[in-house]
Amino acid sequence: MSGEINREKTSGLILPAERPTSLVTRRNALIGGAGLLLAGCDQINASPTVKSALNLGEKATHSAQRLVTDRNALAQEFSRAEMSPVFRQNGNQNPNTSEYNTLAANKFADWKLAVDGMVAHPLQISLAQMMAAPRRTQITRHDCVEGWSAIGEWSGVPLGLILRRAGMSSNAKYVVFHCADSTGGIPYYESIDMIDAFHPQTILATHMNGELLTVGHGAPLRLRVERQLGYKQAKYVMRVEAVASLEGIHGGGGGYWEDHRDYQWFAGI
Amino acid sequence: MATQFAESGTDGPPGRAEADTSPLIYRTKLPVRIWHWVNALSIFVMLMSGMMIFNAHPRLYWGVYGANPDHPWLVISHRGTSGFVQLGGFEIATTGFLGYAQGVPYAFPPLVTIPSTYSLADARQWHFAFAWVLLISATLFMAYNLVSGHLRRDLALKPEERSLSHLWHDIKEHARLRFPTGEAARAYNPLQKIAYLGVLFVLIPTVILTGCTMSPTLNAAFPWLAELFGGRPSARSIHFLCAFGFALFIAVHLLAVVLAGPFNELRSIITGWYRLPKERSK
Repeated sequence: MSGEINREKTSGLILPAERPTSLVTRRNALIGGAGLLLAGCDQINASPTVKSALNLGEKATHSAQRLVTDRNALAQEFSRAEMSPVFRQNGNQNPNTSEYNTLAANKFADWKLAVDGMVAHPLQISLAQMMAAPRRTQITRHDCVEGWSAIGEWSGVPLGLILRRAGMSSNAKYVVFHCADSTGGIPYYESIDMIDAFHPQTILATHMNGELLTVGHGAPLRLRVERQLGYKQAKYVMRVEAVASLEGIHGGGGGYWEDHRDYQWFAGI
Repeated sequence: MATQFAESGTDGPPGRAEADTSPLIYRTKLPVRIWHWVNALSIFVMLMSGMMIFNAHPRLYWGVYGANPDHPWLVISHRGTSGFVQLGGFEIATTGFLGYAQGVPYAFPPLVTIPSTYSLADARQWHFAFAWVLLISATLFMAYNLVSGHLRRDLALKPEERSLSHLWHDIKEHARLRFPTGEAARAYNPLQKIAYLGVLFVLIPTVILTGCTMSPTLNAAFPWLAELFGGRPSARSIHFLCAFGFALFIAVHLLAVVLAGPFNELRSIITGWYRLPKERSK
């Protein structure tokens, strides 16, 4: 999940206001010329042909990563001594809806994870049931798309276990995570393919650094899909849905950032 | 120069007179020229989109983790409308250039980034698409270097060039802006060779490997990458230092082209044909 989303609204071509207007200085002429150049570059950047050409690069990157990476290759795990002293929060830090606040006030005793979509037995799993299920604990590195990294310990139930228990159809191609948080009224969601869904390190975490997840870090349940970037690590997971296609789900891009900020769906790099 | 003009007669421009006497040679082969321009394009796109990516988190760290609560070794940021660069314990004001420039509070100003307005997503698309261009063209060029003998014949330092005294002589000649002339100008000079070898064998491989190290998926596939560079944040720092190395190379490279005669040098890298500079009269 990326941090500040308002930055993209800032225009890049504002001349300093205090510049004298009567003089065409060489510096102003240079900035003006550069401005024209930039406008040209931005036109290139906005062109649909260029966008689709660059998308070819993304497809190549995605395929190459899948090609050279064993589907079960484990993300690096670390020792306690290597953990970040402070693990910063990111993205939305509190869903702050009345339903969520009611659940949080009761320490999520009334919360239930819905598992549905292309499954034989839709499930409703309480937090107590999640606690009682077999779990995996891993100290891994969280890599934000922005460039920072933090190392923390995550503990939770392997997603594959839950999907098998629900009797997921073999026709399902993606798992979609519906979340309690939203940005400007647009709900957060994410999705992964079956390679990542059944990866041993892909867990629905209830604990971070040995304690129950805090609201800031995604209580009561956060996805960890360790071989991808931070925005795939959906917080406040309320519902897990198995689907054959991402079309028709919100914007169809497979996630909030994918729909609204053109982030790559496969966040492997 | 004055003596040269006198020798070549009084009529006609000096350039023409020189052209009549010094030979035009075919110096730069086609694969070298193609790679030069493809690589130049991809390096510029990588640098400019890379600066936009850096703007998303303008801090660099050493170690296995690094985020806002941790200690960066480099920060390019702003307080209000004042830009600054923090390097270790030092801080310099850079308003108008870095941190805050052209009215926007980013590490690198719109003038030098792709795209010019903040978009991490678009910058990443450009960066990763041209990473393929860089990787494929560098691999092909490396193969050409080995197969054609370009590396052994033109790029490798000759035994006599490998002595410190020879290199020191070459450094002094460069400092005096005296570049090789006549037959000596047929070949690259030692400092030039070192610069090109540095780009080919140090900067390009390191920038590609540190780039791969930042990928969480490739990290799982090749755990030795993060070990090699001392962690993802360290790899990101080295990646940035490589970018700085490319920028430095480009600056020196362009300066050398201007000083050595931009027309002749450009003709050589576009058509392959190069006019040997006349022997100095002394």
